[in-house]
Amino acid sequence: MNDIKNIMIVGVGGQGSLLASRIIGNAVLLKGYDVKVSEVHGMSQRGGSVVTYVRYGDKVWSPVICRGEADIILSFELLEAARWLPYLKKEGVIVVNTQEINPMPVITGAMTYPDNIVEKIRAKNVKVVAADTLSLAREAGNEKASNVALIGLMGKYLGFDVETLREAVKMSVPPKFLDVNMKAFELGYLYEN
Amino acid sequence: MKKIMLGNEAAARGLYEAGCRLVSSYPGTPSTEITEFAAKYDEIYAEWAPNEKVALETALGASVAGGRSACCMKHVGLNVAADPLFIGAYVGVGGGMLIMVADDPGMHSSQNEQDSRHYAKAAKLPMLEPSDSGECLEFVKKGFELSEAYDTPVIIRLCTRVSHSQSVVDLSDRTEKELAEYKKDPTKRVMAPANAKPRHIKVEERLEKMASYADSCEFNKAEYNDTKIGIITSGTCYNYAHEVFGDGASYLKIGLINPLPENLIKEFASRCGRIIVIEELDDYIESFCRKIGIAVDGKNILPSTDEFSQELLRDKLLGIKAEYSQLEDQIPGRPPVLCPGCPHRGVFYVFKKLKLYVAGDIGCYTLGASAPLGAMDTTFCMGASVSSIHGFNKIRPDNTQKSVAVIGDSTFMHSGITGLVNLVYNKGYSTVVILDNRITAMTGHQQNPSTGMTLKEEPTYAVMPENVAEAVGVKKEHIRTVDPLDVAEVEKTLKEELASDEPSVIVCRRPCALLKGVKRLPSFTIDAAKCKSCRACMGIGCPCISMVDGKAFIDSTLCTGCGLCSQLCRFGAINGGDKE
Repeated sequence: MNDIKNIMIVGVGGQGSLLASRIIGNAVLLKGYDVKVSEVHGMSQRGGSVVTYVRYGDKVWSPVICRGEADIILSFELLEAARWLPYLKKEGVIVVNTQEINPMPVITGAMTYPDNIVEKIRAKNVKVVAADTLSLAREAGNEKASNVALIGLMGKYLGFDVETLREAVKMSVPPKFLDVNMKAFELGYLYEN
Repeated sequence: MKKIMLGNEAAARGLYEAGCRLVSSYPGTPSTEITEFAAKYDEIYAEWAPNEKVALETALGASVAGGRSACCMKHVGLNVAADPLFIGAYVGVGGGMLIMVADDPGMHSSQNEQDSRHYAKAAKLPMLEPSDSGECLEFVKKGFELSEAYDTPVIIRLCTRVSHSQSVVDLSDRTEKELAEYKKDPTKRVMAPANAKPRHIKVEERLEKMASYADSCEFNKAEYNDTKIGIITSGTCYNYAHEVFGDGASYLKIGLINPLPENLIKEFASRCGRIIVIEELDDYIESFCRKIGIAVDGKNILPSTDEFSQELLRDKLLGIKAEYSQLEDQIPGRPPVLCPGCPHRGVFYVFKKLKLYVAGDIGCYTLGASAPLGAMDTTFCMGASVSSIHGFNKIRPDNTQKSVAVIGDSTFMHSGITGLVNLVYNKGYSTVVILDNRITAMTGHQQNPSTGMTLKEEPTYAVMPENVAEAVGVKKEHIRTVDPLDVAEVEKTLKEELASDEPSVIVCRRPCALLKGVKRLPSFTIDAAKCKSCRACMGIGCPCISMVDGKAFIDSTLCTGCGLCSQLCRFGAINGGDKE
């Protein structure tokens, strides 16, 4: 049971976490692992907090990841990394895009967006890999490749070879946008924190 | 061939492989994709019905005609379809027939938690419950065989974590199924008392036969490991249990939920020490165990609310708490919101401004209840806005001019029409606002009778709400159509119709901002020098607008240029889009 790898993809509804889970799912299939991916559709997509669970290994039972279980939390947004931090296991890694999107309670002024989130998480002895993947995507030629840049950023922590991941990106993005996505992936992969 | 598939996609694949010919459904999270995936197969005729009752009756008709058929819905949809569901048990089938229902423990996208297993028992229909995508495919195929072998519709029960989880499935080819012969037989299909009485006896006999089949059913599996603990479970709970107990317990995984396997359960219990029943929501299996004299733990330890997880089972059954770290900061919640450019937003702004009593309904627009709009008094179930406001205003007639029912296009077609008939017939004079965004948006953009397109993407007649309103007796002068992004026009029209002592229908028509082909206009911007920080533009709850350095600011990457905010600024600080 200990050989199961748990990855959580978190973000804001509409940010495109579906592609990220498809890429990881395809990479895992290429490696021949058993895999379960669980997501929630519907109401939560309307700009709400969204989460996708990806679990793989020899035999996966539960489709969900619970508190203290995630090896990697891949976060598309800074506040969401803070929200889902309790799901990370002790030696886990948070890979985060530093983009900030204000939720409604912040917009209405009822609450404030916490400051220095990355520093505060690091102060808990948690490994955080943070980058502005929107800029990386822009550098690659298209803002929309931000999620693939984030996948690249996670590449070193997945526990399998980067070639498999590259192959999975190729399988998962439309051929028309392959070049820009591969470039974004490499920029993310090579990014030094 | 092996593939990763969503549970719903695998269920659709099962329909395809089993030679299913017709699928009729109404969309509802988490069931929607079964029908969408089924529609992609040319061999399956698939359609969106206006509601679940119609869908189930359509599938029943197809079955009587001799073809394998199915209908899919969420748990609350089965309430709507309950009438034909119960009679289906009496009538039986021609071609095999499946009713696929997806429960939503944890209410990820529902107004309640409801355990559909009770329906199988109450309607006396067999029910199968798969636990992952592979089983979705397998159980659907087997479901058709059982349906034909026992001459009964079969219910397949799914839940969010089965429908919306992806796992590996093994694909086969489609096996075409000849149409079953149709022979007129009123004693079997005309359910008047003289025929229904003997049919009821058949139903009871069938249940008895199926109960003995249950003990040998391949989907009821005993797995013996350490026998100090024996776990009786089904569906997704089996996965959580296995995750937590591994080889440290024995399992009886029940795939045929109704009727339950009495002898198998007794045998399992006799070979194990402590028996624990792990099931989400109600004590369905547990009650049965008690009835047959087996002492079990279950709801004395585990909750009847919310969905389960390995964390919950570890905590409640093993006393192991999760270890984790968290920040000291209060993390602001991120509730779902109406999207940027959503045509519903302005309408709710006007409701709030006029301080109206708002009888709401089920759809994206239920979000009009959230802050800062907060313009909704009730949300019950599909169609209840139109019927419940009639009741409210009969008791408080002075409320009629200060109240509206608000309902979406698809929900109106689903079950708002009959409420409107009631309103007109019974001399009500309430005002009904139909938010027509040209699509069923909430469940992810499905066609409906008013969109002019079928599920198979073929153009068809569009049933327009204005025509329906006129046909049921709302006077033409009280059927109005407005652009919901024109706040002044919405307010003026509402005031006029609220003042009238006739039933009124106001159709607010503009396509969903996320709909393909809806043009995104250039972003609006706020002139910080002109902004007086009055926060009027913040009152519409647009996710694009926030206060930056004391002035309102529009996030140009999100703004769709709808211009609603600019209509609220008294200082002309907001400009852009088309209206510069």
